Amino acid sequence: MNNVKNILIVGVGGQGTLLASKLIGEVLVNAGYDVKVSEVHGMSQRGGSVVTYVRYGDAVASPLIDAGEADIILAFEALEAARYLPYLKKGGLIITADQRIDPMPVITGAMAYPGDLIGRLKAQDIRLVACDALSAANKAGNARAVNVVLIGILAKYMDFPAEAWEDAITAVVPERFRDVNLKAFALADTVAD
Amino acid sequence: MKKKLLLGNEAVARGLYEAGTAVISSYPGTPSTEITEYAALYNDMYTEWAPNEKVALEVAIGASIAGKRAFSGMKHVGLNVAADPLYTVSYTGVNGGLVIGVADDPGMHSSQNEQDSRNHATGAKVPMLEPASSQECLDYVKLAFELSEQFDTPVLLRLSTRISHARSLVDTADRDERGTVAYEKDIQKYVMMPAMARPRHTAVEQRVVDMAKWAETADINTIEMHSVEIGVITSGISYQYAKEALGDGASYLKLGMVYPLPTELIREFASKVKKLYVIEELDDFIETHCKKIGVNVIGKDLFPLCGEYCQSLIREKILGVKTETMSLDVPLPPRPPVMCAGCPHRGVFYAFNRLGVYVSGDIGCYTLGSAAPLAAIDACICMGASVSGAHGVSKAVGKMNGKLPVAVIGDSTFIHSGVTGLINVAYNQAKTVTVILDNSITGMTGHQQNPTTGYTITGEPTAAVDLEALCQAVGIKNIAVTDPYDLPGTLETIKKAVEGDEASVVISRRPCALLKTVKHKAPLRVDNDKCTGCKVCLRIGCPATSMQAESGQNAKMHIDPNQCVGCGQCVSLCKFGAIIGGEDN
Repeated sequence: MNNVKNILIVGVGGQGTLLASKLIGEVLVNAGYDVKVSEVHGMSQRGGSVVTYVRYGDAVASPLIDAGEADIILAFEALEAARYLPYLKKGGLIITADQRIDPMPVITGAMAYPGDLIGRLKAQDIRLVACDALSAANKAGNARAVNVVLIGILAKYMDFPAEAWEDAITAVVPERFRDVNLKAFALADTVAD
Repeated sequence: MKKKLLLGNEAVARGLYEAGTAVISSYPGTPSTEITEYAALYNDMYTEWAPNEKVALEVAIGASIAGKRAFSGMKHVGLNVAADPLYTVSYTGVNGGLVIGVADDPGMHSSQNEQDSRNHATGAKVPMLEPASSQECLDYVKLAFELSEQFDTPVLLRLSTRISHARSLVDTADRDERGTVAYEKDIQKYVMMPAMARPRHTAVEQRVVDMAKWAETADINTIEMHSVEIGVITSGISYQYAKEALGDGASYLKLGMVYPLPTELIREFASKVKKLYVIEELDDFIETHCKKIGVNVIGKDLFPLCGEYCQSLIREKILGVKTETMSLDVPLPPRPPVMCAGCPHRGVFYAFNRLGVYVSGDIGCYTLGSAAPLAAIDACICMGASVSGAHGVSKAVGKMNGKLPVAVIGDSTFIHSGVTGLINVAYNQAKTVTVILDNSITGMTGHQQNPTTGYTITGEPTAAVDLEALCQAVGIKNIAVTDPYDLPGTLETIKKAVEGDEASVVISRRPCALLKTVKHKAPLRVDNDKCTGCKVCLRIGCPATSMQAESGQNAKMHIDPNQCVGCGQCVSLCKFGAIIGGEDN
């Protein structure tokens, strides 16, 4: 099971991390891998820190990714990228939206939102891609398409042709949101640094 | 056919379909909910949301006696509610197959406790299967029905969060359309009064012996021999963690049936390996059995009774291997779940907070009202306990802080088991204020219809419980309805009720802000010339609000236009009229 690859998707409940994992899962299954995806439903979806695990390879046993095991972290929010850093392998890749969403302890003033998270992450032994995914999503026509913008960036770091991702979007996304999402996927080119 | 990447719960639903199940009755509860939601997508099965798990299981029992394959799904604590019928349907046995799906929540991702439902299998003397993947979810459902009919017993299917909510590859098949097993009147079997129940108990004990014998050679209890240095007895998701951690460096006895457990098979496996571990989340269930039959194993001396397991825990405990990790040396604020922007519950909890009342809480999104800054719940135990808990407070001390104790409960939870408490309030004349948060849906579990919404699980219009009439009918005289988006009005209504001297009900009515049918207003904005940065508006705890600058006198309130739905609950809190916008879209 040494060839198993691990992608951690993290964000704030309600940001659409589940769709992202569904799209990745679809691409991987079509490519013939054994795949396990572990999702979060229920209470933590209500604006809390959420994490979805995607694992693929010849044969996958556990559906969970443990500390120090992730090859890639796809983060929808900067604080969440920082929170899950311990899950990344040394030298691993973090793709993160540079968006800031204040958690309740920051809103109530109990704690401060840490400054310069992107800079602090860059100083680690990792590869980091930070991007303004929200602007690209808005440009595509829907702020909720942040997830597909991030998928568009992830696609550049994985070995599948763009068509494989576009087919997945077509298969997974409801028809009325399809065009916005295909556009968001294409706009990923414009935001990756 | 191409394999499909199915959620464990989705695979259970597929298994129900393929097994020819005819009737499914469930109550939503994380992590079990999607079983019944996916099942409802198949036209060949009757599917429903029942008012609670007890009703659901009883419906399934009726369908089984009538000769059809039937299923009831619930979360671990739901099985407590359904325990009454469970422990006696064990005696009657079945006609058509009867399977009960129960999903445990190790780690308590979305639950109030971490109980191990395997103990209900022992208690009720009902066999329990435990799948370790989505494929096994599907296969074990079919096997469970066969066992149910072969051994004349209900069968429990035990799931857990990481099985229910993980996707893995599944081979599907066609539906095995089944006829009706003929019903024959048999009061010795189906009418459980003492004279009939005594011989049935004897039959149950014999059945446990028979099933234990079956377990010795069952295909789902398998030995996988690799290295003989380490042996692991395990089941369900723990098997996957163990495989991931130890690979071929250990041999495994994987138990697909966790009750009753085999004896000779365990002894045989134990004789083949040098060091034997039991790896199981939560209670020492398999371990206790092993020790009882004289097999020496290492279990909870090494592994915790609390929380979820994972591969690194097993690597560390057995192999002594620790993973090195990176982290930032700056404090990261936690991000606990919160009520959504626009949540109609928010204003009600703000009112409780301002009034300083004792609040007996309940199970739903609104349990989040206990968190800062609203911090307006004093206790939360289980479904329905808010109403009866406030009753107890009333009988013990009357008022608290000069105000009547409050119970707060959602519409679905009220129907589940709150209404019985309210009957008690009226009947035994407690002086409490029951606040029913009617948001027209079952929210926390992801929008399920319930008896108050007027729609069935498949979206067909149906009868809707009239909450006002129901409360009146049980004997409550003072009933008020308020719109929580009208914060001053809601505060006034609740204030009047808690300062009164009679039992009352306040229905706070406003649909869940996440419902697709709800039309939102334009996001609110802050007039920076008027905002003084006083932070009073932040006391309502809306995730869309924050201070624009970290600190200092110039910090102004900021409203995130991507989150704000223009509900306006924060507007009346600003004395300076600085919160503007929220026009109709």
